[in-house]
This record gives sequence, structure tokens and C-alpha cells, in this order.
Amino acid sequence: MSESTVAPRRGMPVWIQVLVWVGLLALLGLVAFGLRRAQQGTVQPGDTIPDFTLTLFDGYQYAGKSEVKFSELRGKVVVINFWASWCKPCEQEAAELETAWRDYQDDERVVFLGIDYTDTPTPALGYLTKFEITYPNSPDLGSRVSQLFRIKGVPETYFVDPDGKLSYVQVGPFASAAEIHSIIDPLLKP
Amino acid sequence: MKKLFSILLFVTLFAAAWTSKAAAQDPQPPSDDDVNRVARQLFCPVCENTPLDVCPTEACRQWRALIREKLAAGWSDEQIKQYFVEQYGARVLSEPPRQGWYWAFYLIPVVLLLLGVYILYRAFTSMRQPLSESAQVEAAPESPAAVETQGQQDYLRRVEEELKKRN
Repeated sequence: MSESTVAPRRGMPVWIQVLVWVGLLALLGLVAFGLRRAQQGTVQPGDTIPDFTLTLFDGYQYAGKSEVKFSELRGKVVVINFWASWCKPCEQEAAELETAWRDYQDDERVVFLGIDYTDTPTPALGYLTKFEITYPNSPDLGSRVSQLFRIKGVPETYFVDPDGKLSYVQVGPFASAAEIHSIIDPLLKP
Repeated sequence: MKKLFSILLFVTLFAAAWTSKAAAQDPQPPSDDDVNRVARQLFCPVCENTPLDVCPTEACRQWRALIREKLAAGWSDEQIKQYFVEQYGARVLSEPPRQGWYWAFYLIPVVLLLLGVYILYRAFTSMRQPLSESAQVEAAPESPAAVETQGQQDYLRRVEEELKKRN
């Protein structure tokens, strides 16, 4: 019996196989990262808040400057409120926030910051005037800060302790200024 | 007659100059189509996956009003889009900008398509290979199997011839 000679079948070159597997793994990694980020929610109490800089609206200042660098507020309780002029629940709490701010205005240990989320300038300034908001406020340029906090909507308010760690997150409007006091006061105790 | 002609000429020229000046002072306000042309290239981050031109929320209505305001001020479509990117980030664009890492969105699908075509090509050529080889075995008379069969047939024919002679 003689053997019939069949040429060995040529497979896919190794570099193509490696490329395909690397590409598939990278794609899976990206999907996993996106899903994890989507399910992660906002920053959580105990998390250290990364540094960011706000350029305040015209007419607003903090410590004589039109810019606020978050890292320079270390040692203070920082209340960061995300709002928008098109947001009706934000209107419900606007007066309460301003009242609370006026209560703490002379206490150098407390800072309030308002961050205007995906808003347009004219209605935003109209909102600030309408509710007579005096604490420093700025637009969220490039949506950078809202992405940093991974906010899910407005209003959301973040309370940062003097060590720069997130202490409490309020999702939705405050019912009263007393509610805001009840969150800030324990953070001021030595 | 000459005097009358001069007066008519002066009045005509004055009227033409006045009308063009008035027209320049009162440009056409941007139409809804103009606003929507820009708006459909943008997405509001609040209402995900809804183009700005059809988004019904208050936030999007404000954005469209801002586009109208900018168009009325003489801004081009590109200037308005750039303004929105600076204010709200590149994610508001319906098409990622052709710069930096955003090129990956354009290049990766093309690379994957070319790779897919190449893999298909290789798969088809490797499927055709064994068929052509087996056909070659049958067609070649010099192959050992063919020679062996031919020898057996000759042998059998000679055996049959011998048997016929004896009978």
C-alpha cells in the first residue's frame, strides 16, 4: 500500500491570532470598565475628593479671587451643590441653601460652592438673581467636575469634611435649612 | 431736462444706499431649520441618546435658544459647536472630533473590517486546498496507486486469456 501525499493545511499566522485575541480582550476590558463605571454611582462617603478648580460666575468671588481651587479649602467643611436653572427640584431647595449659607457665612470653617450643571449662561444668571444666591457659584466647564463626582442628576449636594473626604451625599432637594445644619454641625466638632 | 435727470439720479442713488443700510441693520433672524441644523449635531448629556433637535426637555429647549442666540450674533456652525464643547465637553458632539484619542472611534472599525476580510479570505482559500489536492491524486496516472491498479488489471486480463485458451 502506498501513501497518498496531502499538503498540511495552512493555519492562520500566529501574529494574526495574537492580534485578534488581544483585540477581543481589549474590547471586553472596555465593556467591563464602562459597565462598572455605570453601576458605580456617585462618589461614596469616605472617598477622597480629587482636586478641581472652579472659575466663578461674574460678580462672584471667594477670598477675593474669581477662581476656587478645591485643594486650598483643606481644613474646612465644603458643601458642594450641583444645580441647574432648568431643574425644578433645585428651585425647591435654593432658598434653604442660601439661608444655611448665611448662617455659616461668618464661620471660616465652612464654605458653600454652587456648581451649575449643563446650563446656559442667561438662565443660570437669572436663577442666581431670582433666588438671591450669594455663595460662590460657577459653571461646570466641560462637565469636568460633575464627571469627577459621577453625579446622576441635579440637585445633588456633597459634604466634604476638613480632611478632604466625602462625608455625606444628598440626592434630591433639602426640605429645610435645619436639615443642612444637621449634616454640617457634626463635621465641625473637634 | 438735464436738471430733472440729475434730481432723479440723486434720489435713486440715495434710496438705494438707504435701503441697503437698512437691510444691513436688520438681518434675517435664524429660522428653526437653521437652529435644528446645528442642534442635530449635538446631544444634551442630561437626555442620553436624544439629539438636541428633537429633545423635548427644558434643558434642551434652553440649548436651542442659545444656538439661536449665537446664530443671530453671526456665529458659524463650527464656532457654536466649539463653544458647546468648551462649555459641556466633547461628549455633546454627535460625531467625535477628529483629533487625539478620538481617532480610535474612526480607525478601529476600519481595522476590524480589514481583519475580518483577511480572515474570511484565509478561511476560503484553506477550504479549497484539500479538494484540489484530491482531484490531483485521481488525475495523475503516474501516482503509485494508479500504477498499482493498472498492473492488477493487466494481470487479471492475462489470467482470463489463459483460462480461455485452456477451455
